[in-house]
Amino acid sequence: MNATTTELESPLAHLSEGQLEQLAGEFDEIRDRTFADLGERDRRYIESMIAMQRRLAVLGRVLLLGARYRPAKLAGTAALSMAKILENMEIGHNVLHGQWDWMNDPQINSSTWDWDTASTAEAWKHSHNYVHHTFTNILGKDKDLGYEIMRIDPRQKWNPVYLAQPVYNLLLMAFFEWGVALHDLDFEAIRKGTKSKAQVKRELAGIRSKAKSQIVKDYVAWPLLSGLAMAALDAGLEARGGKRRRGGLAGVVRRAVDGGGRSYRAAASANATANIVRNVWSYAIIFCGHFPDQTHTFKPAEVEDESRGGWYVRQLTGAANIEGSPLFHVASGNLGYQVEHHLFPDLPSTRYAEIAPQVKQVCERYGLPYNSGPFAQQLGMVQRTILRLALPGGTPRPKPGPYRGEDHPAL
Amino acid sequence: MRRKALHAVRSLFSPLLPDDYLELINPLWSTRELRGRIERIDQETPEAATVLIRPGFEWTGHLPGQYLRIGVVVDGVHHWRAYSLTSEPGRQDGCISITPKLVDTGKVSPYFVRQARPGDVVRLGGVEGTFVLPDPPPAKILFVSAGSGITPIMSMLRSLHHGEACVDVVHVHSSRDREGVIFANLLNEIERAEEGYDLRLRITGEQGRVAPADLDLLCPDWRERHAYLSGPAAMLEAMCERWERDGNPDLLHLERFQPLIGGELGEGEGGHVRFVKSGVEASCDSGTPILVGGEEAGATLPFGCRMGICHTCVGKLCKGEVRDLRTGEVHGSEGEMIRTCVNAPEGPIEIAL
Repeated sequence: MNATTTELESPLAHLSEGQLEQLAGEFDEIRDRTFADLGERDRRYIESMIAMQRRLAVLGRVLLLGARYRPAKLAGTAALSMAKILENMEIGHNVLHGQWDWMNDPQINSSTWDWDTASTAEAWKHSHNYVHHTFTNILGKDKDLGYEIMRIDPRQKWNPVYLAQPVYNLLLMAFFEWGVALHDLDFEAIRKGTKSKAQVKRELAGIRSKAKSQIVKDYVAWPLLSGLAMAALDAGLEARGGKRRRGGLAGVVRRAVDGGGRSYRAAASANATANIVRNVWSYAIIFCGHFPDQTHTFKPAEVEDESRGGWYVRQLTGAANIEGSPLFHVASGNLGYQVEHHLFPDLPSTRYAEIAPQVKQVCERYGLPYNSGPFAQQLGMVQRTILRLALPGGTPRPKPGPYRGEDHPAL
Repeated sequence: MRRKALHAVRSLFSPLLPDDYLELINPLWSTRELRGRIERIDQETPEAATVLIRPGFEWTGHLPGQYLRIGVVVDGVHHWRAYSLTSEPGRQDGCISITPKLVDTGKVSPYFVRQARPGDVVRLGGVEGTFVLPDPPPAKILFVSAGSGITPIMSMLRSLHHGEACVDVVHVHSSRDREGVIFANLLNEIERAEEGYDLRLRITGEQGRVAPADLDLLCPDWRERHAYLSGPAAMLEAMCERWERDGNPDLLHLERFQPLIGGELGEGEGGHVRFVKSGVEASCDSGTPILVGGEEAGATLPFGCRMGICHTCVGKLCKGEVRDLRTGEVHGSEGEMIRTCVNAPEGPIEIAL
């Protein structure tokens, strides 16, 4: 294999230093203008989003008390899945990014927020906000490029372990929450000894504590409540109905325990489903952020002495958007605007759709691509890459040319 | 047992608290932080309004003269301010009141005086202040107040008015003009009802300011009285000097309102930083971020991107103001979360890191 076939022209090669500086100025201006405009309507949005999410969670939990009845189980699982998705994506991810810190709210704040996942807020803020958002798509530095267990770029060195990646890709999809928590530990840093033992111990304790509360909540506490509620219901109905009591009091108790047990299992399985739905969804959205064919990756040498303009271009070309309806964007935490999110990670997510046209204009003026595609296409590309790069070799996929307006599709 | 039960209930709601759901029904039910609902707003003067607030069930009460930290949302941003409580302790209806006066350049007073509506929910912080009327009150009292400095005095006066104690009070109050006298009606009402209350109102626009020398005329026995002074710093200093010179300073009690910060500082002055948690102290010049100054002084601080995007480095500002090095904007109030990587101190600051 010829090494040069894996080389692509850098997306900023055609820009002079002066142009890059100018470009940085334009992006800074979009940022400043939008931040200056933040106010009451943004606060109302996030507050009502949080309130709606909590109502949805309550609805789901209440319905799942009756999880042994099929319609309640279906409706409850759907409500709980949606609540968990919103909690992780539009609320948790974005609050922990500091997108709402400007409100100076004591609770809706990146320094005090905790979320419904196995990762501690502190570890995640380090691995995601800092490592991933600062070193985005730099090979070897951005630990999110394949999450240290997958080869998703042909320039990553092949290793026989990757032969199994089609399998653990599926596992990661189902158990994404746990994958992310372990990924936060940064195995490379542990192996190289750049992370102290005390630090690792502290982080493990953090994960253990969060894991415990996650498991207790979804697989012990709520199912138990469902079981108790249904056992009480059964016993109550039998007593009121005045039916002939088969087996006397012991029979009543036995039947109540049976019914309660069934409810316990039904509620636990509904909660497991909701967790998996949330995991698959966040996996899909997040993998579409940087792994579709359009995105560029960078070698450390390419980004040495990177200017602010260079940083913006890397963020711009290292991410890819997903096209979708407003509901899709809310459910994906507005990460369908991955490009805008990477340019301005701490800008409230609601503003990404509004600034997208301005970002496109900058792309058009500076001859830069604006990566975007429909959900199915993007996800398909990601899966193809994961399958292909499980094997050695591979070449970079063709990259889109400069953005030339809505009427001129790239490529 | 109770703790175990509470723990079990909490495990249902992790990582949130039951309160997070309770407050969906009624925001006042949160036990995590005290909140209050605005019940009524009475315009006292064209520029001051009394805001009557019903606190949540955790209200622990206050002493007459104390102030309250109160948090409100203005244009989506949460602000904390301190206002003297103007209600007497233990009101029948359980409500409390503050009486902010409009500061045109301010953020919070325009909200209270112009925008706030009954039903709005506010956060209630701690009650603080040592400028209080003792219980039982002294037999002879002199109140000296000016402008909105009357607010803590009002709580004291109301508490005396509703109390049993028979007290002899002389109250010297100054206001620039007649229509600007906060609580004018109430003061007159109390004067009519209470034999022991003597109000000496001075309209400074017409009669000039009250000078320390005027005390002998306004209240000849001022030396014998417990004096409670509340108003602008200049007035307090002048009066203070009189008490020290030929009065009894032990009988003098003052409420000093904080001077306005900012304005007199030049562009990017830098300043001294005290890191409250680590105890490290550092100096930063105008272009040095708090983070860099702290690290150079040997503090271990959280940091991330060092460019203001990742919010890893945030710390709570306890005192002072900072300058955003990217925009040059000076900002900061107590309790605000500050990104240390892109902000420099503007004057001395304290930060909880």
